[in-house]
Amino acid sequence: MGMSDAEQLLRDLLLQGLDGNAQAYHAFLIKLGTHLRAFLGRRLFGWPDEVEDLVQECLLAVHNQRHTYEPQQPLTAWVHAIARYKMIDFLRGKAGREALHDPLDDELEVFADSATEASDARRDLDGLLDTLPDRQRLPIVHVKLEGLSVVETAQRTGMSESAIKVGIHRGLKALALKIRRRE
Amino acid sequence: MKTEDLVAMLATNVDAVPRKAASRQIGLALAVGLPLSMLLMATEYGVRRDLLTAFGWPMFWVKLLVPLCIAVFGFVAVQRLARPGVSPRRAWIGIVAPVLFIWLLGALVLMSAPADVRATLVLGQTWRSCVFNIAAISAPIFVASLWALKHLAPTRPAAAGAAAGAMSAGAGAAVYALHCPELAAPFLAIWYVIGMALPVLAGAAIGPRALRW
Repeated sequence: MGMSDAEQLLRDLLLQGLDGNAQAYHAFLIKLGTHLRAFLGRRLFGWPDEVEDLVQECLLAVHNQRHTYEPQQPLTAWVHAIARYKMIDFLRGKAGREALHDPLDDELEVFADSATEASDARRDLDGLLDTLPDRQRLPIVHVKLEGLSVVETAQRTGMSESAIKVGIHRGLKALALKIRRRE
Repeated sequence: MKTEDLVAMLATNVDAVPRKAASRQIGLALAVGLPLSMLLMATEYGVRRDLLTAFGWPMFWVKLLVPLCIAVFGFVAVQRLARPGVSPRRAWIGIVAPVLFIWLLGALVLMSAPADVRATLVLGQTWRSCVFNIAAISAPIFVASLWALKHLAPTRPAAAGAAAGAMSAGAGAAVYALHCPELAAPFLAIWYVIGMALPVLAGAAIGPRALRW
């Protein structure tokens, strides 16, 4: 599959996802994950064990920031900027500025390769999830992990429906920040 | 958590997302900040009494439109910088050009003026307070726009902060122009520009710390 095919396919899936099509959105994230894995794996050859962590970090960032994608923009550029931002952050934490010279300069090749073989993530995301306050953790556990509807979750937890939606939104953002601080 | 589990979690019960989030969030920040700036100007400083007469003077419009132009292109730049992979492109020109224009105008006026009035053209009556007043009136918009940026995804936080600063500075200076008695181009070229530069510098300094995601 050529790069522009991947761009086209991923973009279609994402746009359906942005309209609330969970199946298309799931397919988008899976495919995006394979591209990110190859893209990051090639650049983080010094830290092969941490590629999957960064793939997850990028996927979470893509999800949390998906409202900033606008259809007229090439998806490649949007994803590349997010992956680059997260990678710089990772490398800063790892090795200081010297590490920045080489791996980041090539442009926009995010969709050039894909890698389906995921190694195990080392970071304990479930553990981080447990550190969120209940008003964020419970909505995520019920709606996002157990697949209950917002209405069912509202009945079960006694929270309002809007509080549940806010809790999911803020909880996933808080999760991304906890990852950034490498707690 | 395995990546496939994370993906499943993110996709489960996913909601539709409203479009044009960047323009909307920053527009909202303006809608909240601008009335506060107007209120601050009206209560703390007061609208100039001869405002209706001033509408007939070309220099009044220069004083109003130069910062307004900066505000408009500041908005364009900041809503672009709020989105990953979108460069501000030529929006910077729209921010810098009005400054160059007023510098040029100020220099021409100064050069053609008799030597004994030059000091008055530069200092006016209010040079001591102008810089601070413009920065103060910009503050509500500045805070609101940084708050809006926190809900978006700037990958160049210093540039995004500076652009938010330019938008608020331009809007704040345009609001202050409704109070300010000065009309000389050399005055505007110096004190207005310094006053507007403060929020830009503040935004560039605060951005990298405040706008992480």
